Amino acid sequence: MAKTALQFRHNGRDVAIFVDGGTNLLVALRELIGDMTPKFGCGQGGCGTCSVLIDGELHLSCLTLAETVAGRSVETLDGIKDGPNLHPLQRAFADNFAAQCGYCTPGMLMAAKALLDRNSQPSRAEVVEAISGNICRCTGYEPIINAVLAAASVSRARA
Amino acid sequence: MLELRKDIFADERDDNLKEIGKGTQRQDMLGHVTGTSPYFDDHKLQGMLHLKVVRSAHSHARLRRVDTSEAERSQGVRRVIRGSDVPRNLNTLLSLINFGKDDEPSLAVDKVRYKGEPIVAIVAESPREAYEAIAKVKIDYEPLPAVFDVEEALKPGAPVVNEVYPKNTFTYYETYDHQKLRFGDADRALASADHVLEQRYEMSPIEHAPTETNGSIAAPDTNGRYIVYTSTQALFFSVDTCAKILDVPSNTFHFIGGTVGGGFGGKVDTLTEPLCILGAMLTGRPVRYVFGREEEMQYGPPRGAERIYIKDGVTRDGRIVARKIRAYFDSGAYTRLSSYAAVKCAAHLPGPYTIPNVYGDVYCVFTNRTPATAMRGFGVTAMDFAIECQMDKLAHLVGMDPMEFRILNAYRDGDMKAHRREAKNTALIECVQVAAEKAKWPIREEFKRMSSRKDGGGARAAVTPTPRETHAPLAAPPQQRTTYDRPPVATREPPPPPPPPVSPPPSRPTAPSHGATRFSSVFGTRRR
Repeated sequence: MAKTALQFRHNGRDVAIFVDGGTNLLVALRELIGDMTPKFGCGQGGCGTCSVLIDGELHLSCLTLAETVAGRSVETLDGIKDGPNLHPLQRAFADNFAAQCGYCTPGMLMAAKALLDRNSQPSRAEVVEAISGNICRCTGYEPIINAVLAAASVSRARA
Repeated sequence: MLELRKDIFADERDDNLKEIGKGTQRQDMLGHVTGTSPYFDDHKLQGMLHLKVVRSAHSHARLRRVDTSEAERSQGVRRVIRGSDVPRNLNTLLSLINFGKDDEPSLAVDKVRYKGEPIVAIVAESPREAYEAIAKVKIDYEPLPAVFDVEEALKPGAPVVNEVYPKNTFTYYETYDHQKLRFGDADRALASADHVLEQRYEMSPIEHAPTETNGSIAAPDTNGRYIVYTSTQALFFSVDTCAKILDVPSNTFHFIGGTVGGGFGGKVDTLTEPLCILGAMLTGRPVRYVFGREEEMQYGPPRGAERIYIKDGVTRDGRIVARKIRAYFDSGAYTRLSSYAAVKCAAHLPGPYTIPNVYGDVYCVFTNRTPATAMRGFGVTAMDFAIECQMDKLAHLVGMDPMEFRILNAYRDGDMKAHRREAKNTALIECVQVAAEKAKWPIREEFKRMSSRKDGGGARAAVTPTPRETHAPLAAPPQQRTTYDRPPVATREPPPPPPPPVSPPPSRPTAPSHGATRFSSVFGTRRR
C-alpha cells in the first residue's frame, strides 16, 4: 500500500513519518512515533482517553486522520511536564487522588489543559463541561473536578 | 472527608490507628499522571503480529463445515488457528480449584452456544489484514433452537445448551442441580403470618465496560519461555489457566501485568492469553490480541442476570417470620464463575435479618446468552437489591417506617442465622441509626436506643425443626435431546454415607497479639 510522508510538530519537536492511507492520529502517535500516552479506549470517539491538543485545541486522536495534522502542532500528555517537574495539573491530580486505574487520566489531563489554557479561572460547571467528553469508568469524577479547580487556584496564587 | 464514628463500639477497638482516616498516596500515581504506567498494550515489540477471531453469528448452531482455505491465502496471514490446534481445547476456570467440569472450548469445534463465540483465530501482519482474512472464512451453520430465559431453560423439552450439563443447570457435588437452604418450617410460618408478600425481581446483565479493553501480548523469550503482557485482573489464575489449556508447565510463562485499565471483574476470565500465546508458539513471533470496543461490549462477559422470587410472611407488628426465595443465576452458555456466584447467592440468604424460617433454592442455569463472569459482588448484588426492595414493601405493608422496620428485624449478636451459625460482631442496627441521622430521617427514640449488642440470642437463637423433604427419584434429564448430544451419564455414584457425628469444636486458639486477627470477625474474637 502506498504510504504518505507526514511531518508535524510533536510536543515541540519536528517529526517525520510515513503513514498508510486511513491511519488515524492515535495509531500514528503510538505505533509510528512511540508516544504511548494517548490511549485506545473505543476507537469511536466515545470515551476521550485518546484526547490530544492540535494547535492548542482538544481533539480525539482516534477520529483524526493522521494526514490532517501535516504542518500542525500536536501536544500529548508526554509533552506537558517541564523537564523533570510535573505540570501543575499533574501535581493537582496526584494530590487530589484523581486517578484510580489511570487509563482515562491522559485524556482527562489534556481536556483539563485545553480548558485552563483558554480559561485560567473556570467555575466548577465549566470544569464539568470541559471533561464531559471523557469517561472515567472507575467513576472518580469528583476528585478529578476538584483537581482541576485546585490547579486553577494554584495558578491564581502564582499570578 | 472520611468521618470515623469512634463512639460506636469504642470499647472494642484499639485507638492507635496509624493509617485509617488519613490520605495515603498510591504508589502508581506518578505513572498515572505522566501517562507512563505500563498497560499491556504499551509494549511495542519487533515483528509483532496481530490476532483476531472469527465469532459465531448464531446463538446456538451446529458447525457443519468451516472453510478457511481462502483466508489462509489472504495477504499478510501468517497462521490460521483452529480448535484442533489447541492442546486442551476444553476448560472451566474453576477447575484450578477442582470445582466443576471442563465445559468451554477455546475455539468452538462442532457447535456454538452463544452469539460471538470464537471459532477460528487468524494471526496476520496487521489488524487490517487479519480482518480481511476473517471476511474470507466460510462457515456453514445449522441453527439450533436457542433458549435465552432461565426458567424456560429448566422446562422439559428445552434445548440443551451445553452437553456437559444436560439439565441446563450446574451440578453441585456431581448430584445436586441447585443450592438449597432450609431452616425452620417456612411453609407453616407463612400459613400463620398476618401478611404474605410475594414479588419477582430481576437484574439485567451488566457490561463492565472498562476503558481499556481486554487484551494481551505474548512473545517468545530468549530462554524458551514466553513473556506475556496482559490486562488480566487475576495474574496467577491466568498463568495456570494458560498452562492447562496449552498443556505445558506454568513456568513456561513469564506474565507481566498488574497495571489494569479498569477491570471491575471483567478481566478475570483469561479471555485472550491462551490464543495469544498459542499464536506466538505457532509463529515464533510476538502476537497481540486485543478486543475492540464492540467485542468488549457484545462478547465480553457481563455480570450475570438474575431472577429472584421472594415470598415473605410478616406479623402485624413488623416481625418477619418466614422468607422463601427461589433464584436463578443466568450463567450464559458456559460456567466460568457462575457456579460460585450461585453459592454466594445462597450464602447471602436471607440478608442481614433474623428470620426464624428460611427456605431458599438457587439455580445456576445455562442459556444461549454470553457467558457471565465476576462483577463487583456478583451473586450478592442482585440478591441484596431484591431483599432491600422487598424490605421497603414489607414496611409499607405493615405501616412501619422502613428504617425502623430494618432495625427491628436486623440480626443481633447471639442470634441464630439461617445457615446455623451464631451471629457475631453484627452492626446493622448502628449502620441504620447513623444513616438515618445523616439523612435527617426521624426515627423513634426506642429505635435509637436499640443495639446490636442487646437483646440478641435467647429465643432468637432457637432452631425451629425443619421438616424432611421427600425426594423425587433422580430421573434422566427431561430436556430435549438432539443427535448431537452425548448420552446421559448412566452411572451415578450412590450418595455418600452421612457424615460422622460432629465432634465438639476444637478449643479456640489463643488470640495473636496483632490487631488484624484480634479484631477479625473471621476469628470471632472481637466480641464474646
